[in-house]
Amino acid sequence: MMTDFAEIWTYLSRAPLLWLTATLAAYAIGNTLFIAAGRRPIANPVLIAVAILAPLLWLTGTPYATYFEGAQFVHFLLGPATVCLALPLWQNLPRVRKAALPMLAALVAGSTTAVASALGIAWMLGLQGGMLASLAPKSATAPVAIGISEAIGGSPTLTAVLVILTGIIGAVVATPLLNLLGLKDWRARGFSVGVAAHGIGTARALQVHPTAGAFAGLGMGLNAVLTAFIAPAILGLFH
Amino acid sequence: MIPALLAIFSCQLAGEAIARALSLPLPGPVLGMVLMVLALVLSPRLAALVQPVAQGILSHMSLLFVPAGAGVVGHIATLGADGVPVFLALLGSTVLAIAAGALTFAGVARLIGSRDDD
Repeated sequence: MMTDFAEIWTYLSRAPLLWLTATLAAYAIGNTLFIAAGRRPIANPVLIAVAILAPLLWLTGTPYATYFEGAQFVHFLLGPATVCLALPLWQNLPRVRKAALPMLAALVAGSTTAVASALGIAWMLGLQGGMLASLAPKSATAPVAIGISEAIGGSPTLTAVLVILTGIIGAVVATPLLNLLGLKDWRARGFSVGVAAHGIGTARALQVHPTAGAFAGLGMGLNAVLTAFIAPAILGLFH
Repeated sequence: MIPALLAIFSCQLAGEAIARALSLPLPGPVLGMVLMVLALVLSPRLAALVQPVAQGILSHMSLLFVPAGAGVVGHIATLGADGVPVFLALLGSTVLAIAAGALTFAGVARLIGSRDDD
């Protein structure tokens, strides 16, 4: 019995199907709990799914590379999903055109604040060098942030981790924070979250309101461009 | 479904190719999003074609971050003593950036009288 199980496990754990299924199952549980919790931001489905998968990988001694062989099929869809953000954007095009000036101002304010305050806080708490460089582009979408990090002397792997953490933090704090500030404009709410918390923030915005989702996608795209220019410049101030 | 996927993948592929060829500071998919908006403006009929698939993917966009998120956990331990300051920097800067962006947007919108009427 035990050998049978071990044999089946050895076979399955090497095939991509097991971890692909586990990823979908963990997300399904996360999403169910999210809905059951009244769509409260703290019950973030990504956070719950990760909290299920990480111990599972650790308990089964599964290396991340093995896990990713299955999970890559889900991961791959990030690119096409970004392209799909064109649809809500196109549907909101007249409103986007009318909001060009507020958007531009919010982009500069949000993007600069993200880089400068992250570096400022980290520097005050005694971090320096490569850690600051890895931290600077963390609000930009992962592929851009990783490219910037490499160019300014950071660690691409560390930046990838910081980008994901930033996204989850943004998705969790955005709703209570924006309610606290008394902001009811879905354009402002969505756009600022896309700028500060890229795709994960955008995914959260899409759950809340279609207008917020459209402006979040736009904020993410514009911030990717701006961060490439300002992150090296602001980092220079801390040397 | 196949024509929709073809349209979406083609935009991404073109975005990747252009970004690489011109070494733009933009990821291919973001450029692909811009190309898709252009395509929709030129041919609004494309929307009906892409809509069901795009809706399906976007309504579960969170799922797509799970594989990357699962990888993060293993790395947090490697931060060691830097973990707490790094987390505080991420938390503080994300709160400040969202607040700064949203307040600026709302302030400028009020200044120029750009209301969100729908």
